[in-house]
Amino acid sequence: MRWIWIDKFIEFDSRKQAKAIKNISLAEEHLHDHFPGFPVMPNSLITEGLAQTGGLLVGEANNFEEKVILAKIPKAVFHFPAVPGDTLLYTATLLDLNDNGAMVSATSHVGDRLQAEMEIVFAHLADDGGRSRNLFEPKNFVFTMKLLGVFDVGRSSDGSKLKEPPGLAKMRDGEK
Amino acid sequence: MPSKQEIFEKIKTSLVDALGVDEDEVKPEATLVGDLGAESIDFLDIVFRLEKAFNIKVPRGELFPEDILTNPDYVKDGKVTPEGLVQLRKRMPFANLDPFAANPNVKDFGNLLTVEDMVRYVVSKVGAS
Repeated sequence: MRWIWIDKFIEFDSRKQAKAIKNISLAEEHLHDHFPGFPVMPNSLITEGLAQTGGLLVGEANNFEEKVILAKIPKAVFHFPAVPGDTLLYTATLLDLNDNGAMVSATSHVGDRLQAEMEIVFAHLADDGGRSRNLFEPKNFVFTMKLLGVFDVGRSSDGSKLKEPPGLAKMRDGEK
Repeated sequence: MPSKQEIFEKIKTSLVDALGVDEDEVKPEATLVGDLGAESIDFLDIVFRLEKAFNIKVPRGELFPEDILTNPDYVKDGKVTPEGLVQLRKRMPFANLDPFAANPNVKDFGNLLTVEDMVRYVVSKVGAS
């Protein structure tokens, strides 16, 4: 299983807001294991999807130069269960960003119905020069963002088309 | 300019939202860590809420001076040195550091800050009527 809990981005406005969708399929194993006989998308995985939507928004805001970790969820409300066949629309809005981290508000909708809403605090992890560096290599994020279509729909804060972070090409060339 | 009471009420809302405590627990003399159960990551959350509530910027280390408390020049054998205390007083004029100064164990510092200190901090930023 790959730890990707969104299917693709449909909007990405740098430093402002990102929208992603998650299609729920009855073929997903975790639906069957959560409440046997009553397949629903676990709220924890909806939380993860919202955190991934918001986390990439926060990481991109600093060109992935900061190591962004989910620090805290001060508030989370789930209004109804999401079930197979639903398409969840995840919206993450950047409320605040500073040296230490970021605050994001996030919602999940099924059609027009608000399915879940939460606040998420992300922290910038101090560089320990060791293990975290490997875990947080920018190329990992950029690879995931390409896979999720961020650069197809993304706009930078001046309205122009979002480009891959500078340095990525260099990094890629360095690998060859 | 807001009154001190208005500032206190806004701080109370921020702490209730950030820490999940009841409103009546947020008294001026309550300590953030000891009485309200704040953990280190909560301070990041609290800073975001204060910045939004009062439209201020809280620079890194101003409200929670981690850099001083982890600086070997200012901490010896787990205690803040006299030079370190000077730095702390300079950085945190809004906090009453006298009880801490009597026995300045770094591990006790987290339990120093009270709700009233936060009110004084915000007043120092925005003023009060």
